[in-house]
Amino acid sequence: MIYADNAATTKVCDAAIEAMAECMRNGYGNPSSLYSFAQDAKEVLEGARKTIAECLCCDPKEITFTSCGTEADNQAVATAAKIGRKAGKMHIISTAFEHHAILHTLKRYEEEGFEITLLDVAPTGVVSVEQVAEALREDTCLVTIMYANNEIGTIQPIAEIGALCKERGILFHTDAVQAAGHLPIDVKAQNIDMLSISAHKFHGPKGVGVLYARKGIVLANVLEGGAQERNRRPGTENVPGIVGMATALKIACDGLEESTAKVTALRDRLIEGLDRIPYSELNGDPVKRLPGNVSFCFEGIEGESLLLLLDAKGICASSGSACTSGSLDPSHVLLAIGRPHEVAHGSLRLSIGDDLTEADIDYMVESVTEVVTYLRSISPFWRDMVEGKREHVFAE
Amino acid sequence: MALYSDTVMDHFFHPRNVGSMDDADAIGEVGNPVCGDIMRIYLKIDGDIITDVKFETFGCGSAIASSSMATELVKGQPISKALELTNKAVTEALGGLPAHKIHCSVLAEEAIKSALLDYQQKTGRHIIDIESIDELESHEEHAEVEA
Repeated sequence: MIYADNAATTKVCDAAIEAMAECMRNGYGNPSSLYSFAQDAKEVLEGARKTIAECLCCDPKEITFTSCGTEADNQAVATAAKIGRKAGKMHIISTAFEHHAILHTLKRYEEEGFEITLLDVAPTGVVSVEQVAEALREDTCLVTIMYANNEIGTIQPIAEIGALCKERGILFHTDAVQAAGHLPIDVKAQNIDMLSISAHKFHGPKGVGVLYARKGIVLANVLEGGAQERNRRPGTENVPGIVGMATALKIACDGLEESTAKVTALRDRLIEGLDRIPYSELNGDPVKRLPGNVSFCFEGIEGESLLLLLDAKGICASSGSACTSGSLDPSHVLLAIGRPHEVAHGSLRLSIGDDLTEADIDYMVESVTEVVTYLRSISPFWRDMVEGKREHVFAE
Repeated sequence: MALYSDTVMDHFFHPRNVGSMDDADAIGEVGNPVCGDIMRIYLKIDGDIITDVKFETFGCGSAIASSSMATELVKGQPISKALELTNKAVTEALGGLPAHKIHCSVLAEEAIKSALLDYQQKTGRHIIDIESIDELESHEEHAEVEA
């Protein structure tokens, strides 16, 4: 099997599994309890917090553990909205291709009276600082823009956007769920006020995440309960998950340079190979993208059937077609960068990791080419384009 | 993979009657590229009998499997039988479809009727009591789902 869906989730690394097993077997105390056995668990928890803080270049006190990236995103928006409402500032800027954890949360605040500006995204999949500057208003309380997009992998100029927000005194949050462990993060140097990450995207376990919030920002609760996480996030801490996350993030950050070089080379080989398929196009900028992300649209075919045939060849991939998104429309990300519906249905995302070899990449290129050619051979939509009855969307 | 029944997977991986037909007596087509599915049906008709049928489909796994099954169900059958083909019959023959994929079987039923309508228009023989595929009740339901 070739696992090429690392943007969906990753294989948990052995070191994280071992750290978690040890924690569950021998360190199961509740960190809030008094006796020394539980205080050992508290120590483990605080050790993990310190490790993660080092990886993000912040103070451990600025780290709050959550149940996932989605919760961190929700809490970041809730926090800015609470601060904004108090100050009479009820305008939020984001982008049209954010994750639903942000978009759907913003929708809720829009219903509560906030004004939301969603910036258009260029075909490159990169939002510019100028666009943000133009959208800023006196009553803007939050700019939330993802570090790297989950579907097309494009990287946003977050340090520059952060600098602009800092200058204007506006909170800046970034959803770094796809970036953590894959791109450098330095919240101070990048002028980030709040940042969300999720362990299972960097070889940690599912069900645990982090919300970083700069010192001085009082987080708004999205859950009510006990005094855990210094009153910022109630609920008994997921100590094994947190320990697994810290272990995985440390390994990812320590090996970042090496894995980036290896995965980027594999990615570019894959892009080059798939680019040879006629009437296909890479989605988003070829350079300003995550080391492991390859996203293509192919004319004349539909994504779900592509995935089923690739699965039969042992390749795990994903698509932004309507049939795979569980809705009637194809991916909002592909539509946001200007892909027409008919080609957005024929999208394929291969998100690779450093476990793959050049031979795996060549096998994927060969398999995708074969499957796309087959599906086109039975597609009336493709026949019409070949026979000149419909216009091609892409150049050959 | 438990997404689909074994029969759906069989028809997806080994579609029956797939391809085009140069000397078709009738051609039907439903769906559109914006929605992500198009089915085209080619019929060869001798007297009252559908002697051959081919299909081409742009769409998901269940769209391809539904087209394949629909062609199996009408091949060699009299026109009157083909007219009676329902999306329910296609779904049942496939061993069921997930709820959000039922519209694929609706498209398959409509694709067959669309081809028979084309045959009526080409030959002047009265076969079906509609002049456009949009008049089909199931089509309206499908349109609502799509909206």
